[in-house]
Amino acid sequence: MKLVICAGPATVGKTSVLRHVARKLIAAHHHLAFLKIDVQFADEDEVFAQEFEIPARKAYSGELCPDHCSVLVLGDALRWAEGAGADILLVETAGLCLRCAPYVDGGLGIMTMEATSGMNLPRKVGPMLSLADIAVVTKIDLVSQAEREVFRARIKEAAPAVRIREVNALYGIGMDPLVDHVLQTPDVSEGLMLRGNPPVGTCTICVGKKDVGWQAHFGVVRALENQNFYRGE
Amino acid sequence: MIRQITIIPGHGKSHAPESVPRIELNMGDVVSIVGPTGSGKTTLINDIELFANGDTPTGRRILIDGEAPPNIYREDPAYHPIALITQHTNFLSDLPVKSFLSTHAQIRSADPQNVDELVAQTLDFANQLTGEPIILSSRMTELSGGQTRALLIADATIVCNTPIVLLDEVENAGIHRTRALELLRAYKKIFIFVTHDPRIALLSDFRIVMRHGSITEVIKTEAAERAFAVTVSRLDDALSRLRNTIRLGGRLTQEDMAGLNAFGPASAEVGA
Repeated sequence: MKLVICAGPATVGKTSVLRHVARKLIAAHHHLAFLKIDVQFADEDEVFAQEFEIPARKAYSGELCPDHCSVLVLGDALRWAEGAGADILLVETAGLCLRCAPYVDGGLGIMTMEATSGMNLPRKVGPMLSLADIAVVTKIDLVSQAEREVFRARIKEAAPAVRIREVNALYGIGMDPLVDHVLQTPDVSEGLMLRGNPPVGTCTICVGKKDVGWQAHFGVVRALENQNFYRGE
Repeated sequence: MIRQITIIPGHGKSHAPESVPRIELNMGDVVSIVGPTGSGKTTLINDIELFANGDTPTGRRILIDGEAPPNIYREDPAYHPIALITQHTNFLSDLPVKSFLSTHAQIRSADPQNVDELVAQTLDFANQLTGEPIILSSRMTELSGGQTRALLIADATIVCNTPIVLLDEVENAGIHRTRALELLRAYKKIFIFVTHDPRIALLSDFRIVMRHGSITEVIKTEAAERAFAVTVSRLDDALSRLRNTIRLGGRLTQEDMAGLNAFGPASAEVGA
């Protein structure tokens, strides 16, 4: 089973990119399954099920971070896809807090960004970009050549090893190399590991402590005039 | 350095093969693509930009210097030798013009002195295309439609410095087109215009005619046709002046009418 994980902010065109890739993979006689992970609303599973007649489903992360949810459900999802007769699982996920990335070792990690987000975006998105194999840039026809080039240079600066693919997902322009990357990805093996290090795991706010002010918290904390420091045992 | 690109015809929407021989565009050529709306002009531009290799819906192939383009053009966008400006293309940045152009020039050139020189050249080029000069301290988002188009073209020509520039219907935004063509010719590149503008078509070396998704003909601009360019430009300029007078709140006078009469008796227009 090949595993493709596509991450990126909302409405950048992740689904459009994956639809074009899916169409070409199906034309090459591959069997796909599709999983969407989102926080509270998604209908992309219905889009894929209807358009391509492939097994498709979604998982809502709800209270969990979507990347956290992805780590928890991915093992089940691979078994589900295998049981459904697929040889490629496409996972679309909305990475949100930009502190970690959903990609796993051995799978293909695709980060999707829109050129219209402004030239500084590649500097802001952290591991979601720097740990990806491919950075797909959408909506390239809408921005000046200058901004397109600066955007590209800043991706290279943030993630020197990442391969950049500029596409027009509306018309499916520039998709063939993406399909080639999917086909060159080896099958994943057992014991999948998340590619990057998760962010600091002891968050007192996440566990429900609502008092304002670092004095009321422990673990890794910070004051306005200070860097992060450790407080507690 | 690229010397030539070749378009090897494919097929139109009806899958009938295109009835023209291969088309060769040489460095320094200015070429127009003409045809009614929906005839496939933008698709042809896309084929060129993508270096189609029989893998786009038209089945066309694009060669560089007679051979399939090297993979690096697709692999690394920084090596892509084409700049594309479409009718939808815009600046989104709200940086001041000077910082914006410098940011772009910096990624194209490591030498800081060269950066200032590139910015100055780009601004000078753009200001020759537009009526109202662009001020370096104004923000990109404050530019007018004409200033934006002028700066897009100037930036693609001078800072990007790609050997091939594709311009998809950029003429609609009030830039000095004759001057643009003159200036562009000074830069040895291949310029391809998708255009509905007779002035640009007649000032091109040749024009590719599109119909129903197919290339149907390639017309070289012969001297007899090129002679039209002067009158077409004057007619166009005369119209621009009228447009400008009205736009600036003026009234048209007998003098303006006399200017128009030079192009033929008014009665012909009334009878039409």
